[in-house]
Amino acid sequence: MGRYIARRLLIAVPTLIVISFVIYAILALAPIDPLSQFGADPRVPAEVRERIRESLGLNQPWPIRYVKWMTSMFRGDFGVSFMSHSSVGDLIAQRLPNTLAVVGVAYVFGVLMGIPVGMISAIKRYSIFDHAATTVAFMGFSVPTFFTGLLLIIIFGIKLRWFPFIYSSTTQVHDLDSFVFQIRQSIMPITVLGLFNVATIARYVRSEMLEHLPLDYVRTARGKGLMERLVVLRHVLRNSLIPVVTLVALGVPTVFGGAIVTEQIFRVPGIGELLVTSISNGDIPVVATVVFIFAVLVVTFNLLADLLYAVLDPRIRYT
Amino acid sequence: MESSYVRRGFALAVTATMALAACTQQPAASPAPSASATPVAQRGAGGELKILYWQAPTILNAHQATGTKDNDASRLVLEPLASWDKNGQALANGLAAEIPTVANGGVAKDFTSVTWKLRTGVKWSDGTPFTADDVVGTYTYMCDEKTAASTVDVCEGVKSVTAKDPNTAVVTYSPAQPFYFQWGVGFNTPIIQKAQYANCLGVKAKDCPADLKPIGTGPYKVNTFKPGDVVQYDLNENFRDPNKPFFKTVTLKGGGDAASAARAVFQTGDVDYAWNLQVEASVLKPMAASSTTGRLLTSYASSVERLLVNFSNPDASLGDKRGEPDTKHPFFTDIHVRRALAMATDRASVASQLYGDGLTGKATCNILTAPTAMESKNSDSFDICKFDLNAANKELDDAGWAKGSDNVRAKGGQKLKILYQTTVNSVRQSTQAIMKSNWEKVGFQVELKSVPASTFFTNTSPDGANHFWADVEMFTNSGDPNPTGYFRGWTCKTATGKANNWNGSNYNRYCNPDFDKVVDQMAVEADQAKLAQLAIQANDILIKDVVIIPLINRVAPTPDGVSKALKGIDVSGWDSVMYNIADWSK
Repeated sequence: MGRYIARRLLIAVPTLIVISFVIYAILALAPIDPLSQFGADPRVPAEVRERIRESLGLNQPWPIRYVKWMTSMFRGDFGVSFMSHSSVGDLIAQRLPNTLAVVGVAYVFGVLMGIPVGMISAIKRYSIFDHAATTVAFMGFSVPTFFTGLLLIIIFGIKLRWFPFIYSSTTQVHDLDSFVFQIRQSIMPITVLGLFNVATIARYVRSEMLEHLPLDYVRTARGKGLMERLVVLRHVLRNSLIPVVTLVALGVPTVFGGAIVTEQIFRVPGIGELLVTSISNGDIPVVATVVFIFAVLVVTFNLLADLLYAVLDPRIRYT
Repeated sequence: MESSYVRRGFALAVTATMALAACTQQPAASPAPSASATPVAQRGAGGELKILYWQAPTILNAHQATGTKDNDASRLVLEPLASWDKNGQALANGLAAEIPTVANGGVAKDFTSVTWKLRTGVKWSDGTPFTADDVVGTYTYMCDEKTAASTVDVCEGVKSVTAKDPNTAVVTYSPAQPFYFQWGVGFNTPIIQKAQYANCLGVKAKDCPADLKPIGTGPYKVNTFKPGDVVQYDLNENFRDPNKPFFKTVTLKGGGDAASAARAVFQTGDVDYAWNLQVEASVLKPMAASSTTGRLLTSYASSVERLLVNFSNPDASLGDKRGEPDTKHPFFTDIHVRRALAMATDRASVASQLYGDGLTGKATCNILTAPTAMESKNSDSFDICKFDLNAANKELDDAGWAKGSDNVRAKGGQKLKILYQTTVNSVRQSTQAIMKSNWEKVGFQVELKSVPASTFFTNTSPDGANHFWADVEMFTNSGDPNPTGYFRGWTCKTATGKANNWNGSNYNRYCNPDFDKVVDQMAVEADQAKLAQLAIQANDILIKDVVIIPLINRVAPTPDGVSKALKGIDVSGWDSVMYNIADWSK
């Protein structure tokens, strides 16, 4: 097992270097310009833009910029944002709590709701609950989040005025009132994202459970007189969870990536929002760093998922 | 061929301008009213002022701003010597005690220097005194090329800024600068604290913590700033006017989209001020009209959505010579083709259908729309400013451009095929559709192209406005209260091309020595009335020669939504919308 982990980690290093190179190359070759913001402003003439370009180091060839960026990354220095002149690390640190509070909570909510919903749907197949859950689940992943998001804003934000639709990242939870406010302002984005997560996970769990329920080992378990609850929880669920674990583990990095559309709609200043505005601003250090951290997380959670297999399924042994 | 038409157009323009000038009253350069004209409010009596920008500020030092959002967010804290009011006049609501004029001796008769008398007793928000040294420090910081300030343009021709005494700063220009308020007035010259920026000069400016929390003399000071998200300001206890500002705190939240920002100000009243509501007029108009909470702010300046006609040849087969200033466009060199294009341009429909007829913009046939005294009245009578498809058809028939079986006109094997480019933007795509349908009626074949704004407004992309590798392109631009620099963007010298890495501002590659002469005269003209005449002349040349086809005078700075309860807002199209935020109250 230890050797397996070590081997995987060693493979991860060249993988990440290649990824980082590809990210940087794409960004460097893409037609994005950090100075395009000055666009048609006659007060920032072309010569000034050229000078700013130089001060940002953009006059150097991109392979050199790549090497500089990589070496400073290894030292833990993510560079300085072109737009805000503040360190990229600080920007990410400011955004991460919002992302975790909304996207993270929605994810946990999705997992906690999705598994039981999927289980009940499978056990009580074709019941009213199953039909209802299936309908909601289909809606959940076929209706895009920008649509549900706007719908919720119009109904609950504008018509009913129950919830604010401008997320305030400066809210500090220190008493009941501020806690209630935090819940009120997160409820709409969490619902939008949660619905999607519940839908995906519930459908997965349901189909896995249905595959396992008619198998021989389940009949055996029932035959030897085990309580139905134990049959389902200890045998069927455990076996059905193996692919679900992969799904959940591989989904964790996407939490970090944020929910670009939902964050934008509800003005949640999360990582996704940072990424998308940085792309449109051509803020290359921020884009490269966020995407690279994302890549690191994907590689890490892939490894974790593989390791979890072994825990869940004793037949799997890594050497 | 071309030059004779150009000259004829020029001669006509000159005569027309002279006639007009004779009966136009020219306003004298007047000293602006003092800032204390607004009613006395009680300091801090208001609670929180909520401002919503759908583009979030990323930096609070206006000298490093990458957009209006940064300039505006910075203006609550950092002030210039004076502001620009809505008439394009300097207003002494900043650090200057009065507006210098030739009459009060502040401006040298030969326009080589301006002596600014500063307010006495002004303190920075950290309690230290503000002096002329800070003004000099700001000059040192922003005008050092290594600082790479986005405001460095106003440093051009500034020889020095010196402190005569702690309350007097002298700006010296070389050569003489008739636009003597170039340095010191408006959002390009906010005064920063010399002490705070002592370690941020030159190359060190790139990574300067002060940019995120500048110390200022303005009515508010920064409490918390999260770049790309939100700025929270507190009242500045050291602000010079003991009765101001009215609000205890200000929150400037960024992000999201314009449509929901409009809802927040017009429907729920969640915010007091929502910036730049670029929403289609059909949505915005009823929303604003039926609102009980908010109203729409509309003010106009020199922001004009225009069509540019290419004078160079954008044909890809030219290779290295593609679109170079020394090439000739295959058919736009014929003024009749340009005139027909202008006459087939239906700006009125664009104004009513897409800009809500005055909601976010109004039709115009001038490229210079402000200051008012400099706006040409002549264009109303120009035939090319009237939408007339028959006249356009006749113009082309007479010039020998015959319609083929495909309804596209051609002459000598050259078809009138137009590639028309602009940015990706729903209003612009709708404008393109209106243009295309009319132009095709008179025998042009029109291909539409839209490019993301971030690619379009660059000198690096072949799809960009600077390269202009198309026949017609469309975007918005605007000028300063003194339009000399604006018009310089159509002179021969500024033609964009390979030689200047597509950094020239003359994207049309228009070159007309007669026009250049007018601009050269403008550059040395100190008399406001004469300057206005020259500006009108320059405008008329560009219009009659169909170098540009102006479409819409857009609301400037931006169409903003504001709470009905909010008082004291007096938007100026020449300055940041926050220029008088000290006077805002409820």
